Amino acid sequence: MTAYETVIGLEIHVQLATRTKMFCGCELVFGDPPNTHTCPVCLGMPGTLPVVNAEAIRLGLMIGAAFGGVLAERLVFHRKSYFYPDLPKGYQISQFDEPLVAGGRLGDVGLERVHVEEDAAKLTHAGASGRIGGSTSSVVDYNRGGTPLAEIVTLPEIRSAEQASSWLRLLRETLRQLGVSDVNMEEGSLRCDANISIRPVGDTELGTKTELKNMNSFRFIEQGINAEVARQTALVEAGERVQQETLHFDPRTGSITSLRSKEGSHDYRYFPEPDMPPVAVPDELLQSALAAVPELPLERAERFRTELGLHEESARLLAFRRALGDYFEETLGAGGASADKQQVANWIGNDLVRRLEAQRKDDEAGETDTDPAQSKVSPAALAELVALVVDKKINRKAGEQVLDVLVAEGGRPQDVVEAKGLAAVGGADELRPVVQAALDANPDVVEKLRTGNMKPIGAIVGAVMKETKGRADGGEVTRITREILGL
Amino acid sequence: MTDPISLSVIDAASALRRGDLSQDELFTAYRDRAAADDTNSFTWLADDLRAGLGDRDRAPGTDRPLAGVPLAVKDLFCVTGVPTASASELLRGYRPPYTATAIDRLQHEGATILGKTNQDEFAMGSSNENSAFGPVLNPWDRTKVPGGSSGGSAAAVAAGLAPAAIGTDTGGSVRQPAALCGVVGLKPTYGTVSRYGMIAFASSLDQAGPITRTVADAAVLFRAMTGPADRNDMTSIGWAGQAAGIEVPSAERLDGVRIGVPTALLGEGVEPGVRAAFDAALRTAEGLGATVVEVELPHARHALAAYYLLAPAEASSNLARFDGVRYGNRADIGDGGLVELYTKTRHDGFGAEVKRRIMLGTYALSSGFYDAYYRRAQQVRTKIVEDFRAVHEQVDLLATPTSPTVAWGLGERTDDPVAMYQADVTTLPQSLAGVPAISIPCGLSEGLPVGLQLSGAAFSEQRILDAAHALEQTLGFDVTAAWMPAPPASRPAPSASASTGKDAA
Ligand SMILES: [Zn+2]
Repeated sequence: MTAYETVIGLEIHVQLATRTKMFCGCELVFGDPPNTHTCPVCLGMPGTLPVVNAEAIRLGLMIGAAFGGVLAERLVFHRKSYFYPDLPKGYQISQFDEPLVAGGRLGDVGLERVHVEEDAAKLTHAGASGRIGGSTSSVVDYNRGGTPLAEIVTLPEIRSAEQASSWLRLLRETLRQLGVSDVNMEEGSLRCDANISIRPVGDTELGTKTELKNMNSFRFIEQGINAEVARQTALVEAGERVQQETLHFDPRTGSITSLRSKEGSHDYRYFPEPDMPPVAVPDELLQSALAAVPELPLERAERFRTELGLHEESARLLAFRRALGDYFEETLGAGGASADKQQVANWIGNDLVRRLEAQRKDDEAGETDTDPAQSKVSPAALAELVALVVDKKINRKAGEQVLDVLVAEGGRPQDVVEAKGLAAVGGADELRPVVQAALDANPDVVEKLRTGNMKPIGAIVGAVMKETKGRADGGEVTRITREILGL
Repeated sequence: MTDPISLSVIDAASALRRGDLSQDELFTAYRDRAAADDTNSFTWLADDLRAGLGDRDRAPGTDRPLAGVPLAVKDLFCVTGVPTASASELLRGYRPPYTATAIDRLQHEGATILGKTNQDEFAMGSSNENSAFGPVLNPWDRTKVPGGSSGGSAAAVAAGLAPAAIGTDTGGSVRQPAALCGVVGLKPTYGTVSRYGMIAFASSLDQAGPITRTVADAAVLFRAMTGPADRNDMTSIGWAGQAAGIEVPSAERLDGVRIGVPTALLGEGVEPGVRAAFDAALRTAEGLGATVVEVELPHARHALAAYYLLAPAEASSNLARFDGVRYGNRADIGDGGLVELYTKTRHDGFGAEVKRRIMLGTYALSSGFYDAYYRRAQQVRTKIVEDFRAVHEQVDLLATPTSPTVAWGLGERTDDPVAMYQADVTTLPQSLAGVPAISIPCGLSEGLPVGLQLSGAAFSEQRILDAAHALEQTLGFDVTAAWMPAPPASRPAPSASASTGKDAA
């Protein structure tokens, strides 16, 4: 049986976080009553003309700069024509053969282009399905019409649904950290279409692709792509051909339905927008865009790994959640050069985040990041806590107890240690007699240890812990044991 | 006292300022004439002076340059609350929520709107026969067309129904009706007057301009309409000509002015009577000190073909918004769906010429045809722009007849669109080049006015106005001949070399 390879390219529409619309001065507000943010321009009234929003161009250039794409030297808009009530002018002002950004790359996926355009209005179809088929009437809300969009088009370099969804997470985080969009999939500020085809492994030519429209969560994207790959595979294995068409994935039923076939596809009649002749991108705008690009998740992860020596997993976790990364770096600063960076990363990435997320109930979707900077645990306190543990002033268990207190009440770790009597049983001098007593009480264990079998050392550690009420350091107990027994 | 309707814009404005005339008196004089109009020039008339001020809560000022001057405004200019249909059935009854920048600037200078004037539907036509409000009749001969598309604007001025009018020119729509009606029409450099609020025909060509009795009036109105670039229009440059701004022309001579005649362009289509009046005007220019030379515009002969691809292409897209969803007249579709709504609304709402151009333009932009038509036409346009740049290295002005013929009979060309399109053959090159051009009446042929077109490099309006003024003074054409009783002896004598309005009066 032939093995098939999946080929996926993504088209992502991102609403840009400008104050006003792409071609008029209407404010952008999500959730206001319908048709309250409109004007003659965005309603396409006779005689009106578009005026480009420079901020939208600046944000688009930032995206391009972040991806390392080639930034256009001039702005050229085209009209894309089709009749639909969500398009008040009968055409969408978009870009065609001269996109704002050409090429670029993010992580493991290359980009074809990024262009800017205006969003359509929001149509609501009356009827059970909420889709146009079967509805008897529709209403239009032009508040969204004219929202600036960046359309990001990847090369067909994605090979699985899982890769698609994890790359999209990277994209979303990158755009979020760029500050160019709210990237809220539920509100539609980030929307994703996938072009999907399959081909026999080893083939270099692309198979016939289908376009899966508007999937609004990472989970649906994975499910949708997998369902479509399964459908195409079944077709091909049954000796049929894949038709080029636009598809809709219904996450409730898992089914895929056709929206329109190629026969009915539009001739968009692109032509240069005569109301906006080409204009050079002003240098100030370009410089301002370039200056506004911060260190992005992938770069930061790389720095955490190579310069600070963090493990790959910690580096990505802290870099991909900017609030954690910022808090991490502040903690390093507060803990001085001596801080054990991986330990700090572990305490933030595991212990602190787990405690803070347990506190939160308001944001189950996890759309916004947990921000330790908003908690009662100051970076200085965390640095001090990690130092106490690393210097074996307290053991890890005790450290966790201290953290519980800090999360709940704040304060200084040293004060908590003293108040709760959590200080570790000092250095070797204090601990050695206790270890010796434990060895004396467990001759059978000593015998096994002497043969080189270190497994039973847990019994010695347990005995010491019991004696010290858990304040001893397990590693130190092992070290002293080895020393006494000359191992 | 002089009859108020005999006054030019400039003279009326100073009479109003001096208090020799009241604003209401002037307005009423024209309002009464316009109400009794038999040329079908108007689509709407303001009830009173205040109605024509737009939506401003202000009394008509007396301190502004155009205070109290009533203007006839082409229907396609949006004016808050005033019926604006671009002479289309689809928009009949539509009242815009805002005022076009050009009109707003005129109102700011004190002008008031007398009424909206008839035109070809969406400015598509050369005879003003394509109007939902019916054809306009030429005041010189009511069996003839007034030209188009600003036919109502030109006829209103030629018939003495308004002291001046505002039109728009896409391929000749100000100049050609001005020529056929024996009045002055100025098409400014593309970008000098904001297009915001003009219902678009072809975005890269549309340009507003005044239609007046005198060249000086055209200067005054143009000065009011231009000014700083309009922030609502990215194609608006505003006035980028000489720093002092447009001055009222006073030149009497043409010494040192080099006038080029693109002889090849005139070809065989120019009627002998038109040619005679044109040649006489050239001799007059020479008599005033100008030198006249032949020049070449090698690509201008392709202007007609390029224009009738580019303009319909842009129009097919500009008119897509008229779908019956948000404004305008929506067809009754019973239980029909969206496609029926679009189809029937546009079927019922658009006239035949508009549909023809939408189809032409849609075809030219279609996948597979774009390169052969639209892109090719753009390349031709670029060549024409270069031709004009080169020719103005040699000459200051170009002169042609504005129209190859005088006004033709109503209905004569309605079945032959290509013959109709030929009417614009001498005005289209300047439109594609985006340069300024004026038409002034230079004589009569068969009792009907002949227009002389003078054009120049971009932003050379002042030079054009100066030269046109000097010629106007010498040619002595009587622009009021179509409606004024026998002219008093004090009027300028006709030029000896040209046949003028006097002969027809
Ligand atoms: Zn708006």
